[in-house]
Amino acid sequence: MLDFMRDLLAPNRPRLMIKPDSAYSIKTPLVPANSVAGRSLVMVIAIMTFLAALTAGAATLISDASIDWRGEAASEASIQLRPTKGRDIEADLESAANIAAKTRGVASVKIYSKADSEGLLSPWLGQGLDLQELPVPRMIVLKLDTKARPDLSKLGVEIVSAVPGASLDDHHIFISRLGDMARAATMISLFIFILVVIALGIAVASATRAAVATNREIVEVLHLVGATDRFIAREFRRRFFSLGLSGAVLGGGGAILFFAGIKLLSNSWRATAGGDQTEALFGDFTLSPTGYGVVLLLIACVAGLTGYLSQQIVFRHLQQLNE
Amino acid sequence: MLSFENVGLRYGVSPETLRDITFEIAPHSFQFLTGPSGAGKTTLMRLIIMALKPTRGIINIFGKDTERLNQEEVTATRRGIGIVFQDFRLLDHLTLYENVALPLQVQGHEESSYRAEVTELLRWVGLGERVTAPPSVLSGGEKQRAAIARALISRPKLLLADEPTGNVDPTMARRILRLFVELHKSGTAVIIATHDLTLMDQYDEARRLVLADGRLHIFE
Repeated sequence: MLDFMRDLLAPNRPRLMIKPDSAYSIKTPLVPANSVAGRSLVMVIAIMTFLAALTAGAATLISDASIDWRGEAASEASIQLRPTKGRDIEADLESAANIAAKTRGVASVKIYSKADSEGLLSPWLGQGLDLQELPVPRMIVLKLDTKARPDLSKLGVEIVSAVPGASLDDHHIFISRLGDMARAATMISLFIFILVVIALGIAVASATRAAVATNREIVEVLHLVGATDRFIAREFRRRFFSLGLSGAVLGGGGAILFFAGIKLLSNSWRATAGGDQTEALFGDFTLSPTGYGVVLLLIACVAGLTGYLSQQIVFRHLQQLNE
Repeated sequence: MLSFENVGLRYGVSPETLRDITFEIAPHSFQFLTGPSGAGKTTLMRLIIMALKPTRGIINIFGKDTERLNQEEVTATRRGIGIVFQDFRLLDHLTLYENVALPLQVQGHEESSYRAEVTELLRWVGLGERVTAPPSVLSGGEKQRAAIARALISRPKLLLADEPTGNVDPTMARRILRLFVELHKSGTAVIIATHDLTLMDQYDEARRLVLADGRLHIFE
């Protein structure tokens, strides 16, 4: 049908070596790959995903650390002996320790020396005080078998009846307060995470809308050369999903690297007093499988959200074109 | 093939841009659509490709009332129309090959089924050595020919060209006109919107549709 065209339009044009047809193929995505708007979108997504992954990681770290705190506190109990006039406190300590040691479910018993007991008060009273004249209570620490815990209420009754001035503390108040604090810390982290995710959604929607707007001409041309709305929306969803995935992998991967970096740093702090305190509070900064799972889920959700939003924005634009 | 019956179009509350437009386009026919700048030629073209909806009247394309078409049917009908835009509307991030293949690609055809046809058509329009070039490096005439190739690749029943010679020198304009005439002879209905009287004088057999003051005057 078109044999006449070549001579009509370029009759005397010199012919160059022309490649075989098979050398040509469609390689370029219909929605441009490396536009300025696309790069900006990737950066916005990367930064917001990084922040969201940090808060998610922090929430799981605190939650995991609080389980460790509570576990440790629940695996111990303590007997406190107040000095009583006319009684030999060392003998009472031995009696209480013997009763505890014979109880089923108590793994080990350790009597704190007078110096150890006084040392426990130093954080509150300061160093260098002479406590000889003060009635400093003495402590016996019981390590409990976590698999076969002893009947602590029965043990408490036995000790109180055998040793006047003694009391058994099973740490339940401390554990309960610790649990409340850990829950509060996790809820605060979760709240910040939700805020960051909302901000992420808004930023992604706004940046996606801007990026789609720069491709409006492409939408119109595709529309007029016979592409269905579904085809156009699919092309945009595919392209923006890929942009979203790039940004989310950058941000989420950056957050995982950040936690790995903090873990390395914490190893070098370990020998210091501050390092020990930090490790006691937050563990060794190792993200748990749940933490990695949350970051991976975040990456998938961000990529999916970007693709979905671009599709909806393009559909809305096409609706305007069709009206 | 195409008919307008008392079609009117207004934008918002302004007076009608087009009034009582009534005409028919027969299969295998050739017509110039002309009139002064701003007379509504491009608007009429946009009504034909269903990029605009009339405020009144009936438009029938390929035997179907456009008012009754759903979106899928509009797309299917539009695939029977080839369009050469005044500003070419080539996509700068695609190669010439990809631009020309676009109508077939969006219809979901396998690339292997049209690869040879696209390269052959590009050679036919004198762009065989520019197949992988992006539109941004082409001259106005080359872009025009690429836009024509894209409009023809899906073998449309009706070809619309909006000022197809507006960006080329007189020699190239004559060649492009001959191309459209040959296309018409091979069975395609052609509508060329132009205000270039010299161009129209070169093909006396064409029907002339003249738009003036929003009304259409037909000269057989």
